[in-house]
Amino acid sequence: MTALLQVAGVGKAFGGVQALSECALEVEQGSIAGLIGPNGSGKTTLFNVITGYERVDEGEVYLNGSKITNLPPDKVFMLGIGRTFQLTRVFSRLTVMENMFVAAHHKERPAGRARIRNPFARAGGPVTRRRAMELLEFTGIAGHAGALAETLSYGQRKLLELSYVLMAEPEIVLLDEPAGGINPTLITTITGRIRELNRQGTTFLIVEHNMDFVMGLCDRVTVLDYGNAVVTGPPEVIRSDRRVLDAYLGTAEGDDDGSAA
Amino acid sequence: MSRLLRWGRPALIVAVLAFGAVFPLVYTNALTTTYAIDTLIFVGGVVAWNMFSGYSGYISLGHAVFFGAGAYTVGLLALHHKVLGSTAFWLLPLGGIAGAVIAVPFGLIALRARRHTFVVITIAVFFIFQLMAFNLAFTYGNGGVSTPFASWDPATYNNPYYYAALVIAVGAIALSWLIRGSRFGLQLLAIRDDEDRARGLGVRAMRVKLAAFVLSAFVTGVVGGLWVLFIGQALPETAFNPAYDLSVALMGFLGGFGTLWGPVLGALILEPLQQEITQRYTSGYAGEIVLGGLFLLVILFLPRGLLPTGQEWVTKLGAWRDRRGRPRRDSGTAAPGPAVAGAGAGAAAGAAERPGAGGAR
Repeated sequence: MTALLQVAGVGKAFGGVQALSECALEVEQGSIAGLIGPNGSGKTTLFNVITGYERVDEGEVYLNGSKITNLPPDKVFMLGIGRTFQLTRVFSRLTVMENMFVAAHHKERPAGRARIRNPFARAGGPVTRRRAMELLEFTGIAGHAGALAETLSYGQRKLLELSYVLMAEPEIVLLDEPAGGINPTLITTITGRIRELNRQGTTFLIVEHNMDFVMGLCDRVTVLDYGNAVVTGPPEVIRSDRRVLDAYLGTAEGDDDGSAA
Repeated sequence: MSRLLRWGRPALIVAVLAFGAVFPLVYTNALTTTYAIDTLIFVGGVVAWNMFSGYSGYISLGHAVFFGAGAYTVGLLALHHKVLGSTAFWLLPLGGIAGAVIAVPFGLIALRARRHTFVVITIAVFFIFQLMAFNLAFTYGNGGVSTPFASWDPATYNNPYYYAALVIAVGAIALSWLIRGSRFGLQLLAIRDDEDRARGLGVRAMRVKLAAFVLSAFVTGVVGGLWVLFIGQALPETAFNPAYDLSVALMGFLGGFGTLWGPVLGALILEPLQQEITQRYTSGYAGEIVLGGLFLLVILFLPRGLLPTGQEWVTKLGAWRDRRGRPRRDSGTAAPGPAVAGAGAGAAAGAAERPGAGGAR
């Protein structure tokens, strides 16, 4: 069985800094995968490489077995990979509803018939509008649909980002620190929504520093250290894996060397 | 209040159009109609500029390239083929095409850069074109191009130009309105707010930006074509005029960058003002000094432009009146909730109505 998303031997350097090296990762269809690692271990770079924001130096990325390496972000999105950003990014001077429409535009194409699209078609047809409203109700911000996105709180923006990524019905959603900087109640809400979506068939890959969040939600967790996936396993195994502790706290030998010097 | 808004807008548009239609019949003075034509030319120009720069956030200071290309194309065609009178108006789409054709390679290069770099590239390209107009054989160098004189009745000589300018200005506004409410326009606005995020949601940014750039260039070329027919002469320094770019940008910022009507308002205020100053103080620089000073004032005090700021005041006033009129509900922060949401209807179509729509970055 091939994985839904596969990263194989990916390397990426910024100048002299090797952000990713020989990085390999597989996410199974229908799972919730976690990605953890200390700051600077390459988690966000890996996201950027998968979603086309950075080009890889070496290695390949596959979705459903077909190569998507170095495709531009818009193509990657249309192929079924949605992502959120660590610092939420919404279109602040558009309304919440319009934010949803941005993500929806390619879904509105008249299917089948080879008809030239009207370039000035109004944004947001009835189908799109209904779907957008459903999603906003699902994430609980439907009451703000007409408000400018800049008026939303940080947590609400995170929910909006999750909502519009879902507009295109992605196969897999990459979440970059979904629990970062928001209150515990909202974290519970987000956890619930992710579980619900996962039940409906959406696969997730989640970067997060909140260990309770990761360990409670994910089926499998991968630990990244110096741009390399050092270990993958179920949360309970990861929790006690020595290499994980090493990655976060530094190796014992390293400490010895340090004190000896 | 809301009923007033709903009917007030179309009624106002009809009234303004009617006024525009009868204007040269009421004000027959040639100087007045000349002002009016200049103003309408700038309305077309700034609306064209805004449908790219205002919506996408990419500030072009090189639109005079398209203006000049349109002017030279129409001027040269009229000259060589002895196109006279109102027949010459049929050349205007060719002026637009000249602008659009130049916009393709121009855009493919410049639109790879963002923000300041983009601005600088547009300025550089502008000077290349001005230099070419000075030096190429077919543009007749310093002497420029003079179009054949129309043999119209002197008393109403300006009227055909006036109506042509009115049609172009209204057409430009209509196009801008269409873009504003469309999926295409929404993608442009998304690019303005966060281009990389938009790309990650399936927006083919380069294609969208280029399309807007080319459309905007087409309209600007048409406007330039009309300008040369009216003025009767295109010189390298007047057709490819840096002051054109500054004027258009200033009008856009003054009225409300990225809104539908703001730039129109900006042109209606600034162009007559500029003409009047030039007329009154014959020293050529007075207008530019005033323009420069005004630019500073706008940036300092109205960074979002007249229209958005005005709408904000109206909204604030309304909220203030509501608060005074009604017993206060708890904390008063209740968001404009589901009622607004359900009527997400028009959320896109009414985009231009939003107070925050304009804003400088």
